[in-house]
Amino acid sequence: MAQIFPVWTNKIPVYIAAGTIILVLAIVGFFWYYGSPWYTDVGYRPAQPVRYSHKLHAGDLGIDCRYCHYDVEVSAVANIPPTQICMNCHKTIGTDNERLLPVRESWSSGVPIQWVRVHQLPDFAYFDHSAHLRAGVGCVSCHGNVANMEIVELKKPLSMGWCLDCHRNPDTQLRPRNEITNMNWTPPADQVQFARKVRSENNIAPPEDCSGCHR
Amino acid sequence: MTGRRVVFYLCLVCTAVIATGCFRGLPTDNPPIHVVPDMDHQPKYKPQEAGKFFPDGSAMRQPVPGTVARGQLHDDKAFFQGRDDSGQFLQMTPVHITSQLIERGQERFNIYCSPCHSRLGDGKGIMVQRGYTPPPTFHSDRLRQIADGYIFDVITNGIRTMPSYADQVRPEDRWAIVVYIRALQRSQNAGLEDMPEELRSKIR
Ligand code: HEC
Ligand code: HEC
Ligand code: HEC
Ligand code: HEC
Ligand code: HEC
Ligand code: HEC
Repeated sequence: MAQIFPVWTNKIPVYIAAGTIILVLAIVGFFWYYGSPWYTDVGYRPAQPVRYSHKLHAGDLGIDCRYCHYDVEVSAVANIPPTQICMNCHKTIGTDNERLLPVRESWSSGVPIQWVRVHQLPDFAYFDHSAHLRAGVGCVSCHGNVANMEIVELKKPLSMGWCLDCHRNPDTQLRPRNEITNMNWTPPADQVQFARKVRSENNIAPPEDCSGCHR
Repeated sequence: MTGRRVVFYLCLVCTAVIATGCFRGLPTDNPPIHVVPDMDHQPKYKPQEAGKFFPDGSAMRQPVPGTVARGQLHDDKAFFQGRDDSGQFLQMTPVHITSQLIERGQERFNIYCSPCHSRLGDGKGIMVQRGYTPPPTFHSDRLRQIADGYIFDVITNGIRTMPSYADQVRPEDRWAIVVYIRALQRSQNAGLEDMPEELRSKIR
């Protein structure tokens, strides 16, 4: 009489076990990689209503970030400059440049330019620019080298893990207060001693408890 | 035969998956994906957002004309207008001058004024090279003798082709800038008598 199960079926449990392990690893790996905000968020670079270039204004012309984002040191939100700030210069410069047409229209009609948001935390997370700048964290730590971007692009994931990575160990990210908008600042050799010193002097203690950011 | 085909397709899928991995962090128009969107967008307005409620489409409001917010009356004429009670410009800054104030003034001057006036205050900033009306140098006798309150007023209200900087620079910072401009004028017009005695012999 022929056997119902041929000999190779003895190996089925082994195949199933191995297959399950591989499948689980693949699924976990898939979400670990593709579900991470480095994949889902970073690189967002929406087209803006005006072809405004940070590379030209902040890079080549060397205008300080705070010329336009002038509330960043005193307020939670870094303001996007109103049309009036552009007109400080563009009443005289580039008056026949058509790329500036929407700016002039906004100026004469009083309707704000509708810039597209790039960096946006979920509404349940609390963030404050002024606290970070007072502690001496540079724009470049969180926004990348904006002065090199034609169009602003999301460079960091803005995830909770990313915030906490720095909050647990801010030593490498702190700089002197007058260097916060410098995009090309490099930490000196005694960076860690410097950071320890300002942290104890200014009592800098980034929150790690949930209520620090979810208030 | 079929086994080989299965392996082939598996390899194909794997390469595809790994290849899409290379898109990580590349510039894209697609907005961030909210994996769990629960409370990410709450029905509330944040600063500078657009809103449907008011006809002009903006969520932030202007103050009602004729109203003054608490603490915003600004009736200290000397501090907020740079003028004394008779309406004349103050000769001297009404704030206490410290070295921190001068440093603050230097930082603010370099941010807000240097694009046109240059860091030296000689009126040859980068905007002038790009076609802006050249401002006068601060190192002329007229501007050296001008009242402190006048410079404050120029920052607050602008003058002729120079725009107002009242929105960007707070009153206390405006006074810091005024003090710094005074230091700048002094430094560009320094004579031997400004040097400490013991260093004077070295310069000859
Ligand atoms: C001449 C004015 C000007 C200067 C100087 C300037 N910005 Fe901006 N910035 C803007 C405008 C206008 C926008 C909105 C349009 C856009 O996103 O490109 C903006 C947008 C941004 C955004 C994105 C905001 C969002 O939607 O999430 C960041 C980040 C930013 N700026 C950082 C900087 C930094 C850092 C510097 C200094 C290196 C700087 N800016 C200098 C005018 C300026
Ligand atoms: C401090 C002065 C200054 C301010 C403030 C400023 N710009 Fe400019 N902008 C310039 C100069 C200088 C140029 C270059 C003109 C040239 O060389 O032809 C320029 C060029 C431009 C151009 C044309 C770029 C091109 O490729 O043709 C656009 C668009 C522009 N600016 C938008 C803006 C917007 C929007 C704002 C307000 C957020 C702004 N600018 C604020 C000085 C300024
Ligand atoms: C500690 C990290 C960090 C630093 C340092 C930082 N930013 Fe931001 N920035 C953020 C985050 C996070 C957001 C998104 C905030 C939100 O959605 O509420 C943001 C948003 C912005 C925006 C959009 C408007 C807003 O506030 O929501 C601008 C403009 C901006 N930043 C400019 C700057 C400039 C200029 C500097 C340096 C002077 C700077 N940022 C420094 C993290 C940072
Ligand atoms: C590059 C480093 C860095 C990153 C990234 C960073 N922080 Fe911070 N954060 C700090 C430091 C340093 C302080 C301490 C400030 C102090 O104690 O004066 C701080 C303080 C804070 C505070 C307390 C502010 C207050 O009023 O006391 C909040 C809230 C906060 N961070 C939220 C966030 C959130 C949300 C993110 C992520 C989007 C984030 N931070 C990313 C460095 C960072
Ligand atoms: C440094 C600031 C910070 C601290 C401290 C913090 N969070 Fe968060 N949390 C965030 C930010 C920012 C986000 C939004 C992340 C995103 O958009 O991917 C977030 C998101 C979350 C989410 C939602 C995740 C989702 O995708 O829906 C939960 C739940 C959460 N945090 C719980 C906690 C708990 C519990 C603690 C205390 C152990 C805590 N958080 C401490 C900043 C913080
Ligand atoms: C956008 C370019 C620009 C910027 C930025 C600017 N100015 Fe001017 N400024 C001018 C021009 C142009 C004039 C000449 C005005 C005229 O006589 O038509 C001027 C003139 C002046 C004068 C002399 C007024 C007189 O009586 O001759 C003073 C003082 C002055 N500016 C101070 C400042 C200070 C302080 C700042 C920084 C807060 C500043 N300016 C920023 C363009 C600028």
